[in-house]
Amino acid sequence: MNLLLLILIPLLSGIFSFGIREEGVKILALVSTLATLVVSGLLAFSCGCNMATTFSMPWIPDLGTRFSLMGDGMSAMLCLLTGIVMLVVMLVNNNKHVDRPNAFYGHMLLAQAGLMGVFLANDALLFYFFWELALIPVYFLCSQWGGEKRIPVTFKFFIYTFVGSLLMLAGLIYLSVQTPGLRSFAWQDIIHAGSQLPAATQHWLFALMFVAFAIKMPIFPFHTWQPDTYEVSPTPVTIILSALMVKMGLYAVLRWVLPVLPEGAIYWTDTIIVLSVIGIVYASCLAIVQTDIKRLVAYSSIAHMGLMAAVAFMNSKVGMHGVMLQMFNHGINITGIWVIISMIENRWGTRDMRQLGGMATSAPKMAIAFVVISLASVALPLTNGFVGEFMMFNGLFGTSSCSHIVMVIAGLGVILGAVYTLNMIQKTTYGEVVAMNIKGDLAFNEFAGLFIIIGIIIFLGVYPQPMLDLTSAVSSMLIK
Amino acid sequence: MKALIAATVFGVIMMFSGIVMHNRKSIATLAVALFAVLTGISVWDLISAPCDAPQLLFNNMLRLENLSLWFCVLMTAATLLYVMLLHKEIENVGSHVAEYFALIFFILTGIYLLATFNNMLMLFIGIEILSIPQYILAGSDKYNLKSSEASLKYFLMGAFSTGIMLMGITLVYGAAHSFNIMDFVSMLHSESLNPMALAGILFIIMAFSFKVSAAPMHMWTPDVYDGAPTPFTAFMATIGKAAAFFAFLRLFHVAFANLSSHWTTIIAIITAATLFIGNITAVFQQSVKRMLAYSSIAQAGFMLFAVLAVNAAAWHGIIIYAAAYSVATIGLFSVLVKLKDYTYDGFNGLAKKEPMLAFSAAIFVFSLAGIPLTGGFMAKYYVLLAVMQQGHQMWLIIFALLMAAVSVYYYFRVIAAMYFKAGDPQIASPVTLGDKLLLGLTCLIVLLLGIAPQLVM
Repeated sequence: MNLLLLILIPLLSGIFSFGIREEGVKILALVSTLATLVVSGLLAFSCGCNMATTFSMPWIPDLGTRFSLMGDGMSAMLCLLTGIVMLVVMLVNNNKHVDRPNAFYGHMLLAQAGLMGVFLANDALLFYFFWELALIPVYFLCSQWGGEKRIPVTFKFFIYTFVGSLLMLAGLIYLSVQTPGLRSFAWQDIIHAGSQLPAATQHWLFALMFVAFAIKMPIFPFHTWQPDTYEVSPTPVTIILSALMVKMGLYAVLRWVLPVLPEGAIYWTDTIIVLSVIGIVYASCLAIVQTDIKRLVAYSSIAHMGLMAAVAFMNSKVGMHGVMLQMFNHGINITGIWVIISMIENRWGTRDMRQLGGMATSAPKMAIAFVVISLASVALPLTNGFVGEFMMFNGLFGTSSCSHIVMVIAGLGVILGAVYTLNMIQKTTYGEVVAMNIKGDLAFNEFAGLFIIIGIIIFLGVYPQPMLDLTSAVSSMLIK
Repeated sequence: MKALIAATVFGVIMMFSGIVMHNRKSIATLAVALFAVLTGISVWDLISAPCDAPQLLFNNMLRLENLSLWFCVLMTAATLLYVMLLHKEIENVGSHVAEYFALIFFILTGIYLLATFNNMLMLFIGIEILSIPQYILAGSDKYNLKSSEASLKYFLMGAFSTGIMLMGITLVYGAAHSFNIMDFVSMLHSESLNPMALAGILFIIMAFSFKVSAAPMHMWTPDVYDGAPTPFTAFMATIGKAAAFFAFLRLFHVAFANLSSHWTTIIAIITAATLFIGNITAVFQQSVKRMLAYSSIAQAGFMLFAVLAVNAAAWHGIIIYAAAYSVATIGLFSVLVKLKDYTYDGFNGLAKKEPMLAFSAAIFVFSLAGIPLTGGFMAKYYVLLAVMQQGHQMWLIIFALLMAAVSVYYYFRVIAAMYFKAGDPQIASPVTLGDKLLLGLTCLIVLLLGIAPQLVM
């Protein structure tokens, strides 16, 4: 029942928001996200006690598809992430003005419902439904509230991801036709059917399904939609895209590809690792030369996701634990960075690093938060990023023969990451003081949002065990 | 088959009502009432039919299965929806209002024959009864040159394709010594096949390709659909086409199922060509009406999947595709006729001015593009599933999905215009509360088909 609530609360409050005319919609959104967070916290707690919860009811019997949800460690972790991130977004934006707030918040909540559904679906067709349901509101959000050139950029993003989803759909239908006896889309049946397939079939089927998720993550060379989309989207939507929707891609690989097509995964491992590593270095280099902070963070996100993707295919247990943890950490850290960037844009009226400076003098609290979050994103010890990256690099020393070279090159990403992140901090926080358009350090709601983020960063940096316990069962299942 | 007789009688009544009644409004009201009655009668047909064995009627000329009767119900109900949504525009096409409705009744007669034929002669008569009123409707805006051109083009090409079909029927008759499609099953065998039958089947495929506007016989479609008065385009592109598809499926899956190894390759090639031409050409259109003409070619490509897959799933596929595609397209046309300017720019800023029109158009567009939670997704899903079960044609499925992604480009331009661009759209006729309620109902049907497709099966 918890699982159903996780989808129903945002869905219903999202639909309801469209009907509210006044600013009261912000309160509704805040209450709804808070309620969702509480429920996802409960789910995570019960999963921590090793109780996977399920919910299932018939949906289209003729197709063998059921409305079935499952909350295991990985789902609970990502639902928790979604809950936290959405709450922070709503908190921080509570004192900001948007046009037509009812439609804006309605779409945001619908996107949240879609995301929750993706993370919980235990039925391939249901998964596909939610996968698209999460995309449509984001398409509307970017196209209506985005910046300059928003329509063509969002259109490219939409078509790109839609092509991927259709290929995935073809793969899923193919798998469901292979299920024994009656057609079925249940996760267990799909796994069973997939792993029985001959190796040659698994090879092309893997490619078909992986493209969808590679576009979403994004993995080089499927990343071209990403920097533009992040740049033109309004920042709350960028947060949804980068903290949550990219996790959909990685999550889908871990849930719907790796266990389903093991032979295919082995066949493509080298290709994917090479592509990911190219992506890490390439995106990091591009990030260094950016002057727009939003684009810089967009490229850095490609690098971080590339590392996670590479490790996910490394077949190492420690690495997989690290990937799970880092999925959560990356979501938290990048949310923090975006929140600060939106404050910078709000106060200075620009995102160009060359025109910024002296935040430490003019808004010290904001500067402290920015430095802490950025350091977490370059994986300084005692922050959450360190634990995750350490485990992932540990995993990169895996079984495959070329892994040392891979590790060295991927390690470059960390160094380059430090270069662009520290450069960003230096240019915005220190140096000559640039006058603000709108004066003021953190407002109370912004402080509360950042407090949550930084609290998690420090807590998981010192004591990551609860998160590892939550996901250990799933990562052990993935790496036999 | 009470509906068959009722449709004919109602058609005649409508024709004479033009003499007795002079008020357009009351003629339209009568028509809507008669369509509602006809829907009731076709439901009655379905309920009163024995569930197990098919009935044979008129010396084995017609064979009624539950599935065909159900298809009749769906098409009649879709026509009722169509008339309710568009009767105001039909009234304003020309001066012979009663006749337009009468012709639609006759088309339904043809559809009933096509859904239940058991004999090639009935198929031929059904096709003719379906087509001839459509030629007239295409030209019903008499003083408009484009409409007359559309009608003439449609008639000439249509007559030609009917000739080809007759030729095909004759050749198959020569090989099978019968017009009864059940005899084909026993007379035509894959191993010892008379070449004459093969040639006949090829001709029939060509003729059907014309009727369903599949490439390479699609050339007439854009001009005819663009030139014909918009309310009648809505009918021809949806219900008329769906019925032709059902007949196509019925003939090939019942009569020629044993020979499927001989004709599936041709159908596969036609499918690929149709998808390619329909989708790629639609991208370049500037008028939404013309885009919908090409999109109807593209959608025909998907419906051809049902013909390609000779199995039970294909029947479900064609029924849900016919329902989902018809409802969404009729809905989109009923939004289109409210606007003065049929180009994409004419839709600019519609969301601000008429939120309900824009919202429902968005739902219909989602459905046509095959976004989940709408009927269009389920329709595409079922036909693809049918082909997938058949095995072998994975390349075609992937190609079709890529083409579906292309279709998103031109469908979503409508959404981009309505929601993201600023403008002041010119509304042709005021949008009443009744219109909004009907559009809302149509949206509900589209969504319902996407959530619970088992309702139409």
